[in-house]
Amino acid sequence: MERSVAQVALFTALIAVLGIIPKITLGFGVPITAQSLGVMLCGTVIGARRGTSAVLLFLVLVAIGLPLLSGGRGGLGLFVSPSAGFLIGWPVAAFATGCIVERWRSAPLMLSASLASIVGGIGVMYIFGIVGLSIALDKTLVQSTFLVSAFIPGDIVKALIAGGLTAWIALVRPASLLSRRS
Amino acid sequence: MISLSSPVRTQAHDWPATSKITGLGAATCGLFFLENLTGQVAAFVIVILIYLLPGWQFFRSGLQALWRLWPFGLMLAIFHFVTGTLEEGAIVSLRLISAIGLANLVTMTTPLSEFADSTEFVRPIVRRLGVPPKTLEIVFVLVVRMIPVLIERAQALHVSWCARSRKRPSWRIILPLFLIALDDADHVADALLARGGLAAEGD
Repeated sequence: MERSVAQVALFTALIAVLGIIPKITLGFGVPITAQSLGVMLCGTVIGARRGTSAVLLFLVLVAIGLPLLSGGRGGLGLFVSPSAGFLIGWPVAAFATGCIVERWRSAPLMLSASLASIVGGIGVMYIFGIVGLSIALDKTLVQSTFLVSAFIPGDIVKALIAGGLTAWIALVRPASLLSRRS
Repeated sequence: MISLSSPVRTQAHDWPATSKITGLGAATCGLFFLENLTGQVAAFVIVILIYLLPGWQFFRSGLQALWRLWPFGLMLAIFHFVTGTLEEGAIVSLRLISAIGLANLVTMTTPLSEFADSTEFVRPIVRRLGVPPKTLEIVFVLVVRMIPVLIERAQALHVSWCARSRKRPSWRIILPLFLIALDDADHVADALLARGGLAAEGD
């Protein structure tokens, strides 16, 4: 249990620290930050349940006013902002990502972790994000989808990085890959 | 660690956090039901006046937090200018600013310790996810301790990368940071076990 608690705390801290890594601007001018990569990694490395706990605890810390989101943001205001749907979708995204990695063991880990990150970290997260955006900005779901579509290529890059990192961790620290240990 | 609560003392600092959060929920719902421009302008003016009540310093801090919304404001302005729905755009923008302004107000007037007391709702959820609720305090303490440690480690990696390459490190330091962090987590788990383990402390 000690290892499990330490890993949950570590991944919560890691999501916060990924927020200070400088953003990368894609070729067509859209910036991407590493924090949602942390959410994907929570699912692929420590599994569905622990990963969801880590993301949930991170959001609790953000909600109570710690400036842990990229750009030093925090507080309750974020949960009524246009990006609130994405934040609410984070724990569900980590859970979906973790579930896929835990259950789909026949495929190579890099492939399953990358696809799990695409399904969970992009598919599930964007469903929540688009619904949240459409409520906050009073736009239709189609209009909201159009508004966020520019960020999808960056998130696909992050999903592939998450897959690569997970496979690498399986090679060099197999005992730390809790998503494949149960 | 820096919290976002305001150092400027207001009467609202003494109100219970749960009442403020409940009030915020009701006010946000009210804003979403308010469909006309006059109502939204009135709500916006009230929010501004609330921010001005504790003084100029408090107002400036509130304004700084709201300023971060400008990309959404720009996006909305372009969208409603192109579609010719400026009034609708003004309603949506004012509602958004008022709702976020009120939420930030709760954050600014609630000390971290009081906020932490109102997070009891998370315990049953994490219990279902396999994290014993009694260990939650330990997890929070570990997170607060691990963040500066990991930042230090990331900075050290950044410096050592810059010493060896002309390229900016950016995402290249994520993997080594990750491995260091995993090792740290193992050390923390061993330390917890050496002190009697969490079962003895938590249950």
